[in-house]
Amino acid sequence: MRTDLGKARLLFWTFFKIGAFTFCGGYAMIPLIQREVAERRCWLKDGDILDIVAIAESTPGPIAINSATFVGYQVCGTFGAFCATLGVVLPSFLVIYVISFVLRQFSQLLVVQYAFNGIRAGVLALLLKALLSMYRQSPKGAVAYAIMAGAFVLTAFCGVDAVLVILASAAIGLAASHMAKRRAAE
Amino acid sequence: MICLELFVTFFKIGLFTIGGGYAMLPLIQADVQAHGWMTAEELVNFIAVSESTPGPFAVNVSTYVGAELAGLPGALCATLGAVLPSFLIILLVARFYAAFRSSAIISGAMSGLRPAVIGMIGAAAVSVGQTVFAPDGVQALAGYPLACSLAIFVLMAFLTHRKLHPIAIILLSALLGIAAGYLRPM
Repeated sequence: MRTDLGKARLLFWTFFKIGAFTFCGGYAMIPLIQREVAERRCWLKDGDILDIVAIAESTPGPIAINSATFVGYQVCGTFGAFCATLGVVLPSFLVIYVISFVLRQFSQLLVVQYAFNGIRAGVLALLLKALLSMYRQSPKGAVAYAIMAGAFVLTAFCGVDAVLVILASAAIGLAASHMAKRRAAE
Repeated sequence: MICLELFVTFFKIGLFTIGGGYAMLPLIQADVQAHGWMTAEELVNFIAVSESTPGPFAVNVSTYVGAELAGLPGALCATLGAVLPSFLIILLVARFYAAFRSSAIISGAMSGLRPAVIGMIGAAAVSVGQTVFAPDGVQALAGYPLACSLAIFVLMAFLTHRKLHPIAIILLSALLGIAAGYLRPM
């Protein structure tokens, strides 16, 4: 039990550090997890990192949270999962909580409004870049393109609920892969 | 009461965000803007804040919206809501890891979800584009030249393509935005 507590505390601090130094989204933390968790602590084997990425990508929620919960569970069960997740969330929570006191006052200043006018154009560029690299990694094919186009039109122009679009495309993907498998069997 | 509403809204956002990062943007746009918790412009501004602070976008945005609406309890409820779905689902997945990994259902659903997420982020990009190139009434600073936004966007798209760091992109576009604001012909 004592060693478990020690492990849990170590999990918390390791993921606190990972959370504090991960900027720009989940994928940036994969090399950090690799170094801290696999190489330094030997909690995981190197190949496990790929599994973690695959799982984090195919389950709901941010990659950072998914990986922390998964690693924590592997190392020391549900309590470990809790400590790792708390650790990874806490830095952003604290930073944003402090920022929230000043952001709205600041945003009234003319100079800040000008800055954000420029920043929005920069954010659009970042978003399109992320979109492009996701497109390159996505499955290609008639069904995939149809789903892509359908999801785009329905959310952008028809105001369809995003949850509905997600559920429908999961069902379509399921049906399409089922049909492809049956055709291959025949 | 507002705390419960925050918890439920962000629980739903966390539950239906597949792939992390920008994938949750369409859901946040729909839910957070529908509640009137943030305007379209504020949300795009906050993307930049989130990119320049540590941690996942999901945690950052839930903490911020929660803190703005109901202080510390609000921030806690919203963040707990955003994190809880991933936490619970990963606990389940970690327990039935082998079955999950080879499941035809999961891989089939993912083959539909990946392209859908791309289409939906495309839709989110359209609405981010609107805040850049067609801001509405009050938010639009009188006479802030559209050509400046366009020029900043093109330059940043180029620099992003050349792999300049996102934080550098945001800082640079802020400076250019300020310069454009003050130097514009009166």
